[in-house]
Amino acid sequence: MTGRRSIALVSMLGFGYAFLYLPIAILIVYSFNDSRLVTVWSHASLRWYGALLDNDQLLDAAWLSLRVAAVSATLSAALGTAAAFALQRLRPFFVARGYEALVMMPLIVPEVLIGLSLLLLFVVLGNTVGWPPERGAMTITLAHASFGAAYATVVIRARLSQLDPSLDEAAAILGATPWRTFRRVTLPLLMPAIAAGWLLSFTLSLDDVVVASFVTGPGASTLPIVVFSSVRLGVSPQINALATLIVAFVSCLILAATLMARRRSA
Amino acid sequence: MIDRPARGAAPVIAIEGVAKSFGAVPAVAGVTLDIARGDFFCLVGASGSGKTTLLRLIAGFEAPDEGRILIDGEDMTNRPPYARPVNMMFQSYALFPHLSVADNVGFGLEEERRPRAEIRERVAAALDLFDMGSLAARKPHQLSGGQRQRVALARALVKNPKILLLDEPLAALDKKLRERAQLELVALRERVGITFVMVTHDQEEAMSMATHIALMRDGALCQVGTPRELYDAPQSRFAADFFGAANLFDETAGRTVMVRPEQMMVSRAHPSRTGVLAASLANVVFLGNAYVCHCALDSGKAVQARLSPADMAALGALSAGDRVYLSWDPAAARVLTS
Amino acid sequence: MTMAAGEARGLRRVILGTTTTWLALFTLAPFLIVLAISLVESRFGVPPYEPLFAWSKGLWPVFNGTLANYATLLTDPLYLEAFGSSLRIAATSALITLTIAYPMAYAIARARAEWRFGLLMMIILPFWTSFLIRVYAWMELLNANGLINALLIKLGVIDAPLTLLNTEFAVHLGIVYSYLPFMVLPIYAVLERMDWTLLEAAQDLGAGPFSAFRRVTLPLSLPGIIAGLLLVFIPALGEFIIPDLLGGPGTLMLGHVLWTEFFNNHDWPLASALAVSLLVLVLTPAALLYRTLRRAEVTS
Repeated sequence: MTGRRSIALVSMLGFGYAFLYLPIAILIVYSFNDSRLVTVWSHASLRWYGALLDNDQLLDAAWLSLRVAAVSATLSAALGTAAAFALQRLRPFFVARGYEALVMMPLIVPEVLIGLSLLLLFVVLGNTVGWPPERGAMTITLAHASFGAAYATVVIRARLSQLDPSLDEAAAILGATPWRTFRRVTLPLLMPAIAAGWLLSFTLSLDDVVVASFVTGPGASTLPIVVFSSVRLGVSPQINALATLIVAFVSCLILAATLMARRRSA
Repeated sequence: MIDRPARGAAPVIAIEGVAKSFGAVPAVAGVTLDIARGDFFCLVGASGSGKTTLLRLIAGFEAPDEGRILIDGEDMTNRPPYARPVNMMFQSYALFPHLSVADNVGFGLEEERRPRAEIRERVAAALDLFDMGSLAARKPHQLSGGQRQRVALARALVKNPKILLLDEPLAALDKKLRERAQLELVALRERVGITFVMVTHDQEEAMSMATHIALMRDGALCQVGTPRELYDAPQSRFAADFFGAANLFDETAGRTVMVRPEQMMVSRAHPSRTGVLAASLANVVFLGNAYVCHCALDSGKAVQARLSPADMAALGALSAGDRVYLSWDPAAARVLTS
Repeated sequence: MTMAAGEARGLRRVILGTTTTWLALFTLAPFLIVLAISLVESRFGVPPYEPLFAWSKGLWPVFNGTLANYATLLTDPLYLEAFGSSLRIAATSALITLTIAYPMAYAIARARAEWRFGLLMMIILPFWTSFLIRVYAWMELLNANGLINALLIKLGVIDAPLTLLNTEFAVHLGIVYSYLPFMVLPIYAVLERMDWTLLEAAQDLGAGPFSAFRRVTLPLSLPGIIAGLLLVFIPALGEFIIPDLLGGPGTLMLGHVLWTEFFNNHDWPLASALAVSLLVLVLTPAALLYRTLRRAEVTS
């Protein structure tokens, strides 16, 4: 690469990263601003973090969000694993294609459509078979699992297709039955992908406003729902503090997972 | 040391009229073949000849459409791979990347639910056999190609199978390592005494290692015999060409005669025997330990002769276009039967 | 057949059974219900829509279906404008994203191998952090008394604050910002696999750097560009949060209109008809995306 062009490229890259990170950085800096006015800097303080701790509504919502995310991510990872296997084994070709389209549907369908369609499902089910009896944490969990599973499938399937098929055969000829082969060879080799699928579904669940708003019922507000309704009214320093905490939490989670994955593969 | 079993009359593998196609494509078409106990048996052929499918049928990864496969007289046709007294070394080695060398080797014994102490002992013994004892705790990705190959072998042999199947076991090694590994595999078979069935596309590898060779083409057996038989007495043009260079002459009686280049004699003067061919020299290729003379008959047909440096020196300086006479000892000529 | 072979079949059956049941219940059924409800009229009551089949009299149920909701969507200028502006905003945002993402992907692909992982991680990391918060961050910046306006006034560029928030500009900005990683990754994936000696070959044959880029690099990275454009266009089309928080009431986008019909007007059938139309709009680009990704997979 010649010098002038590489300078141009590096500055484009720098501009891109600044564009990606500056808004969040500014938000984090202003979360330590004591002023009630978000845009006027008075002096640094932890005032808004203190206010967060007293906000019971937010804390309850956060706790609910974590529980929903953990359960739905676990469901997603299990379903994603099953779907990845199903897609690998399905014959004939057109059946596999149709199945694939159905599995991948939540990836391309707009969130509003997923939310609306699942809500209508729960309403119709509730009216006809009496289940679910009410909408709330459980319906949110199921809804999150339904799109989380699609993302988990993509991650797990990618790994499954990379596995050397002769590993299965090697296990078989060394005496392992299909079930034993799955437990001793396939599952351990898929584990990093299953964990990644879990993490992806977890963060997606933790971040979802739209689907949760549709399928929730009275009394069950996840953190994003509470944040969203507050943000719609305008910016507030308390949300800055909360946003900083969420960014820190998720970043730590992702960095830890990445480092762990790198150490494993090294 | 395990005593080498006597070569009995009963074959260890009997393949009876086995056919297998994938969709409309026949991969193996009605193969009947016996493999004797203690053989180092090579299946050779070009890619797509069905040799790998035949090996996978013996292993049980594929089920035959027709025919049966017996091992030690027992019908294996409907047995899954994990219930056959056969082990296999894969072309990719197929070492489990998440398990250590020792756990890889012990994998099959654990499936047999052997006691821990026995597993440890047998794994250690198998690793020692291949000088890999010090690397027992390593993971596969921390090994060199040659070391991986040895682990794959140790893993396949530790269960004392009746038959070891090898799918292109040396393909992943570089040329120098490969030659040594060929000798080691032959010595290993002598030592463990069991039957080896190896698939290779490399005719030289098959010739140098096998006790018996089956040459395959289009899913069928082309010729079965010892390496000498296949080289000296090929039955078909295909077999003649597959194992080294061959000069083929169609005679008026409808037969075809083969003369290997090293049996071909070159002289400047007309030799005093019958069946001499006049030719002009096209070029001479120096191979280090030999010379190959490419000649053209008056009919235009190309013929090669392989001469030792001493024979070449006796001929004196040759240049392209020189007139030469080609002849051979009638005993060295082979009539192809098909 | 042996017992263990039966075990293999049993395992396969459990896997297929679970996924099929799940997909039928949580993907196929919800969509069919939306389709059904889009065909009926709304009413006051619980649930707020007429049944598709009525058992009023006689042995056979009466089919209650109507295309009235779709007729409304196709005749009311409000919805037509929503369709138009959704397509327009999604398309222009995707193109703007491309102009920012391509040089970034190119620079990362040509960076030293040991840097690439870190640089790529930095692209992906924001994608993992909260979408809502990333959009919220722009609310704060674009505010009338936000940082951007404050900065511009201080520098003397403007006297009075500009209206940045609640504009279409803000919606474009939000989409570009939120979906930038979706554009960088597929382009990078293609460029990273590219054989750079091809560029040397082009230059050897007399192509200048620009011409070599235009005639070699650009065509070879086309699958990545197409995938990236679609990966931004498709979610932008049905986007709700960005137009809601950054676009204000003046920006009509389908996702937002659907939300309003459902939550504010309680017109479930019309919202369903909007949902079906949205799916139809998304289907063509999605099929295109699938083909592009599939081809890239085959050729690599």
